[in-house]
Amino acid sequence: MSDHGHELSFWEKYVFSVDHKVIGIQYMITALCFLMIGFGMILIMRWQLAYPGTVIPLIGKLLPATFAPGGILGPTGYNQMGAMHGTIMIFLGIVPLSVGGFGNYVMPIQIGAPDMAFPRMNMMSYWVYLPGGLIMLASFLMPGGAAQSGWTSYPPLSVINPGQTVWLLGMVFLITSSLLGSINFIVTVLNLRAPGMTLWRMPLFTWSQFVTAFLLLLAFPPLEAAAIMQLADRVLHTTFYMPDGLVIAGQASTYAGGGAVLLYQHLFWFLAHPEVYVLILPPFGLISEIIANNTRKPLFGYKEMVYAMMFLGGMSFVVWAHHMFVTGMAPAMANFFLITTMIISVPSVALLTCLILSLKGASIRYNTPMLFALSYLPLFGIGGLTGLPLGLTVTDIYLHDTYYVIGHFHYVVVTGSLMALFGGIYFWFPKMFGRKMDEGLGKLHFWGSVIAMNGIFFPMFIIGMQGQSRRLFDPTAHLHNLIGQPMHVISTLAAIALLVFQIPFIYNFLNSIFRGEKCSDPNPWRATTLDWACPSPPPHGNFAKVPRVYRGPYEYSHPDHKEDFLPQSLEKAEA
Amino acid sequence: MSSTAEAVETVEYENVGIPDGKLAIWLFLASEVMLFGTLFTSYIVLRSAAPAWPVGWDVLNVPLATLNTFLLIGSSVTIVMSHSRVQKRDFAGFNTYMAITVLLSFGFLIVKAIEYAAKFNHGIAPSTNIFYSIYFVTTGLHGLHVIGGIGWNLGLLWWAKNGGWDDKLFEGRVEYAGLYWHFVDLVWIFLFPALYLL
Repeated sequence: MSDHGHELSFWEKYVFSVDHKVIGIQYMITALCFLMIGFGMILIMRWQLAYPGTVIPLIGKLLPATFAPGGILGPTGYNQMGAMHGTIMIFLGIVPLSVGGFGNYVMPIQIGAPDMAFPRMNMMSYWVYLPGGLIMLASFLMPGGAAQSGWTSYPPLSVINPGQTVWLLGMVFLITSSLLGSINFIVTVLNLRAPGMTLWRMPLFTWSQFVTAFLLLLAFPPLEAAAIMQLADRVLHTTFYMPDGLVIAGQASTYAGGGAVLLYQHLFWFLAHPEVYVLILPPFGLISEIIANNTRKPLFGYKEMVYAMMFLGGMSFVVWAHHMFVTGMAPAMANFFLITTMIISVPSVALLTCLILSLKGASIRYNTPMLFALSYLPLFGIGGLTGLPLGLTVTDIYLHDTYYVIGHFHYVVVTGSLMALFGGIYFWFPKMFGRKMDEGLGKLHFWGSVIAMNGIFFPMFIIGMQGQSRRLFDPTAHLHNLIGQPMHVISTLAAIALLVFQIPFIYNFLNSIFRGEKCSDPNPWRATTLDWACPSPPPHGNFAKVPRVYRGPYEYSHPDHKEDFLPQSLEKAEA
Repeated sequence: MSSTAEAVETVEYENVGIPDGKLAIWLFLASEVMLFGTLFTSYIVLRSAAPAWPVGWDVLNVPLATLNTFLLIGSSVTIVMSHSRVQKRDFAGFNTYMAITVLLSFGFLIVKAIEYAAKFNHGIAPSTNIFYSIYFVTTGLHGLHVIGGIGWNLGLLWWAKNGGWDDKLFEGRVEYAGLYWHFVDLVWIFLFPALYLL
């Protein structure tokens, strides 16, 4: 890099930086902000679900009249926030945090690289992601408001509704960003590993990023094509998704017809199912690191876990239509996707089982990151197992589009991925800022969050099994839903509690950057992988001398070594 | 090996023996295959569901498209020639062949514009029916890729005159431009029969 060695200006160092660590932190903080915004939206929606038609406390009067007339959320506002909550949480929150944030920061130092293979492309990836996110947020200010057809944006609704064009534009930015990122990740892993770091010596987190990068690379272009066609339908009045004989609000549609609405659903889920594994795999890699470190023993079945991840990655491309069992597809097709869905649950369970077996016989250190990692195991398990009835056609026909589905995927993504990501923040915080986060506040954050999250999502299984549709603006409008109303109230109160329990985290995060306990040891957790062999925070170029790697990533409690961990870069163990 | 790596220390990082840039361009092309593959799949799905489908040569201008096919194939040949001129360190030869490549690509766009204009003059637009929706969107997206390739090739011509010729990365970048250009050509080789002949 040409700028190596000379003093960087403020802008070069913190804003338009090409250093993977700065970009990683930029991604992380931006994604955390978006997570907060997305969470704020769902709080407003949850208030409406628990207490329909009442004034939203505190912020109701501040919302624009088009959105919440008189402080009461209107149906259009509800739909807009529903669509944007999903979009923001997935495309602007979890994925940028796990791939853009942790992937950028941790992956290069875990393989002993000085930076990503293409540092400038890395910077561009962030500076395409941010405008994409801002465009998404700005769509609320457009006439007609933001997109309101759900994060899935099914036509023909999405072709007719206002706001969708801006959503599609934002998606183009986000897809471009993830494409740039994924190419960079794959090339870095393949070509920039420190001497001795063979593929089978890479830590699981790096493996998870590597597999994820392939999913992003190959699954996003079909959505891009689908989005281009939807954009053409809206702007050029083409008719890709507009079928013959379509009637809109009592009037025959002006579209020429001949399109296929289900085509979009197929293309969308061809992205969105691999996207599920993009949401799961990197957090899974994170907790593998945390569990190996805090059990002080090698992970059970490292190689098997890598193979399971690869198998998951490959299989995730052939299960997409299990989201579409009720669209009237041929039973033979439905059976095919039922079988592939059951097959894909095998490696998922294998991964979880390996981690649970890793706990066997360990004397576990119960620090904050480990608590988050441990909570992941049963809660992700609930999320995964409740998915099986949705993958079986017979039960899915009943459960489809009910609150049960919402409960299922939030257990996967919130109590699973998000908890793992929180654990990752506590775990790598000393590496990123050279200071530790406060353990007491961390534990408060953990226990509060884990209880509140279960309080939010478990009632959804119950109202889902009572048959309540997930898309209702006012559940009390239907008599048969009244039985589930107390559950909505519990869920909403738990959501407010979750908000309260994020306050210690936000305070802890910001306070610890400047005033946290100084961590003079670059390896405070006594870990084996290379990310702990460089100074905290790592300087430009990461390693003063390129490390050499002599062994696999999880050599804890090695019998020939006097300490209970044997770093990958240590030349030999004493007898 | 990337320039970043060498700035820190001259050390052989573990690698797969393919230069970073080449790996990146192949990965990019893989994603492009998925992009156009999706459009072709959509074409197959929509066509097989349609009760009637216009025959390409009745409604589209096959002679012009044939001319365009030869223009693109020709440009693929000349970009290979320009790459081999770089390997032989023949500056003038590189410039000539790359300039011909760019001219042929512009020729392709002009012919395409004539085709589009003829359609618009007859009141035919993307919204006319599903066939023209597919025709305009796929060829339009391909046209954008052609424009991108022209930009890339013009950039190489400019860079060669402004210090790029002696850069050790130069040959690689010409090769990657060639790989991309072959892909753009290949997409047209599929589009031409799918839209005009079948």
